[in-house]
Amino acid sequence: MELRSRVPGGPIERKWDTHRFEMKLVNPANKRKHTVIVVGSGLAGGAAAASMSELGYQVKCFCFQDSPRRAHSIAAQGGINAAKNYRNDGDSIYRLFYDTVKGGDFRSREANVYRLAQISVEIIDQCVAQGVPFAREYGGLLANRSFGGAQVSRTFYARGQTGQQLLLGCYQALEKEVARGGVTMFPRTEMLDLIVIEGRARGIVARDLVTGRVSTHLADAVVLGTGGYGNVFYLSTNAKGSNATAIWRAHKRGAAFANPCYTQIHPTCIPVSGEYQSKLTLMSESLRNDGRVWVPLRGGDRRPPGEVPEAERDYYLERRYPSFGNLVPRDVASRAAKSVCDEGRGVGPGGLGVYLDFADAIRRVGAGTIRERYGNLFEMYQRITDENPYEVPMRIFPAVHYTMGGLWVDYNLMSTIPGLHVIGEANFSDHGANRLGASALMQGLADGYFIVPSTISDYLASAHPTPVDPSHPECRRVEAEVAERTRRLLAIRGKRTVDSFHRELGSIMWDKCGMARNAAGLNEALRRIPELREEFWRNLNVPGSDAELNQALEKAGRVADFLELGELICRDALHREESCGGHFREEYQTEDGEARRDDARFGYVAAWEYTGDLAAPRLGKEPLEFEYVHLAQRSYK
Amino acid sequence: MNLTLHVWRQAGPDAPGRMVRYEAADISPDMSFLEMLDVVNERLMQTGDSPIAFDHDCREGICGSCSLMINGVAHGPNPGTATCQLHMRSFADGDEIHIEPWRARAFPVVRDLVVDRAALDRIIAAGGFVSAATGSAPDGNATLIPKDTVDTAMDAAQCIGCGACVAACPNGSASLFTAAKITHLGLLPQGQPERLQRARRMVERMDIEGFGGCTLYGECQEACPKMISIDTITRMNRDFLRASMTPVRAAVAESD
Repeated sequence: MELRSRVPGGPIERKWDTHRFEMKLVNPANKRKHTVIVVGSGLAGGAAAASMSELGYQVKCFCFQDSPRRAHSIAAQGGINAAKNYRNDGDSIYRLFYDTVKGGDFRSREANVYRLAQISVEIIDQCVAQGVPFAREYGGLLANRSFGGAQVSRTFYARGQTGQQLLLGCYQALEKEVARGGVTMFPRTEMLDLIVIEGRARGIVARDLVTGRVSTHLADAVVLGTGGYGNVFYLSTNAKGSNATAIWRAHKRGAAFANPCYTQIHPTCIPVSGEYQSKLTLMSESLRNDGRVWVPLRGGDRRPPGEVPEAERDYYLERRYPSFGNLVPRDVASRAAKSVCDEGRGVGPGGLGVYLDFADAIRRVGAGTIRERYGNLFEMYQRITDENPYEVPMRIFPAVHYTMGGLWVDYNLMSTIPGLHVIGEANFSDHGANRLGASALMQGLADGYFIVPSTISDYLASAHPTPVDPSHPECRRVEAEVAERTRRLLAIRGKRTVDSFHRELGSIMWDKCGMARNAAGLNEALRRIPELREEFWRNLNVPGSDAELNQALEKAGRVADFLELGELICRDALHREESCGGHFREEYQTEDGEARRDDARFGYVAAWEYTGDLAAPRLGKEPLEFEYVHLAQRSYK
Repeated sequence: MNLTLHVWRQAGPDAPGRMVRYEAADISPDMSFLEMLDVVNERLMQTGDSPIAFDHDCREGICGSCSLMINGVAHGPNPGTATCQLHMRSFADGDEIHIEPWRARAFPVVRDLVVDRAALDRIIAAGGFVSAATGSAPDGNATLIPKDTVDTAMDAAQCIGCGACVAACPNGSASLFTAAKITHLGLLPQGQPERLQRARRMVERMDIEGFGGCTLYGECQEACPKMISIDTITRMNRDFLRASMTPVRAAVAESD
């Protein structure tokens, strides 16, 4: 397997422009002769499908939800970064680039990140033009707020529903193209495999979730924008349907999987309340603009928060990180919360929580202003916990939120399978070992609106794909494999439900490969996951048939893939004998408990190749070079 | 808590449906309504029954997947709350709860509590957008938009497309859904060029899809999990009226 990053030469500021000029074009009359499949309709997939259709390509877009508007991008709350420097506070493309490389703990590809920062500026313009109602100042100019890991205010937002508004803008552009005939939409249709012919991605096999019909869809190129795999942990802030099946199937067809162990544990989520818990709810990081994080100074202090005097509170983020305070990056904030809870100072049931307190902010700017900034988040918190955050501090705890790892892609966002492009959270590209807040929306839209529409033209113009017929033996073979897998899931007729397996996998992953990892725990996980997988295929109970809407069957297929991916995540975490970003190995920390990287041994992207044996994936390495941002121990002190 | 559920079961679009009674024992008041259904489904599967199909995804009240008529009320008893954000503490021990799918001509039942809401996508495709092809945008601050304008647009733009307004409406009208989009885009300067044609096309599409007309019952705004106001319908009617009295070419010119 060859990992050629295809990063263009020249100074970093010029790379993308140079590349855009050097890439081949498809002439307008020929574009309509090409079909491109886009799987996923979130910010990345939806934007790519709409933009490629505008260019003239025939696009087939697939989503498992009943409408493309329901993709999980919709749930992003806080905002989207852009290096506009509208605040005149010293922001620039270079600073956004620098913050993102540093925030990612020096495990991302510099050229990709620089391009992301460049494009960030155009994204805001594009979204405003579509009618996205970003927050504005009284004078009519766009407003900004601050997010973690940055000392400038560069985050654009629409109340606490920024993802929703960006996705609706994107969805509306997509529906416009559906009406025009450029995009054919396949809702409630799930990709179950990838078709690779003569070494190139040429289509997918998908199941109509209503009728159960499995069919082959062919194209000249395939784009996956299917999101992350946080649900491997069962409890996460992801939507219930979010899954890894598309990228995992592509991995098993030859696409390398990069840095699977880089998972983001978000510091501000509502704590777990019971066994029945089906998902976790994020409270936007933007709350850390005004909320102060604290726990009682003494362990075992069970007084209600209002009765703990100032002097007996530990505002531990402000204490440990005076220059960034409550706005340290997510990985740092999560680990700090874990360590105060480990010391027995956590609050709420089980001691797994810390306070996020708005009392000072309400005194400073008034409850009305706080309501204006975060009203919908406060309401959501109250609905879930039955506590009023205007009166008592929120209780928060870290939860799995985002996966920085994903399919390996080159500078063109193409995977190791020619013709298979991967965008948004599904790829590994821009966030290194930790993603900064408000950067996921930026990356999804950069990939979808601006990058992949350009690079796909270059691919099509260079590859000259020849027509393939659905009767091609490879299509028949993959379709038969998909049908066989479904048949097997239904034929087990065992005793345990899909959810019971999923919960068990999730608890192994969270305990052994969560906020802190060590070799002993990872080795134990690597023993237990294959055992659980073996039991899954022996003792699973999926009721019903494959010729109907069967939600248990859908879940079973996804959990089967999580049971394989989970093992790869642990394997990657075990091999990476350093701590960086979201990957914290207890054996590798500084004296004051910060992550200790090992650039000499691990300054690379780990790209795993499927060999046919889940226990023995082959490791490929893409070395990372830092020409512009000086490699340094991250400090937010 | 111990509850008795009466749930609409229907095997497929053309199969007959009926209400089926289930006992839901040992339910925690801190569970969400959907978590309660998860528990019921786990138990059904353990006894070899088929689980109740229902749409859900984000469980944060924003994706608009979840639906359910709960005791005859779309999204249940709490105002401004989608079913996934409804918690069992809103019910009392011993309650009987009737759970049905959205009922509307334009929303055929797919299975059990799952309905087909694709008609709403087709209303958006008819005109619920600003034509701004990727790459063509001016600077985001090039046009100043007063805060009040953008805040009012945002109130309407919050629509999650769940279809509760349709289910709650005695006429099965999608007026609140359609009007929310027409209001969002019609208030903003970016939405002006297509304003009249947008209103005309979206309203026409609503009729073609089999949604009923609006007679201002106001049930929709009561059911709306985002509490979108029926004032938006007034705006839609005004734009539609203007559009229908303006010849097509002129309408385009006028809205410029």
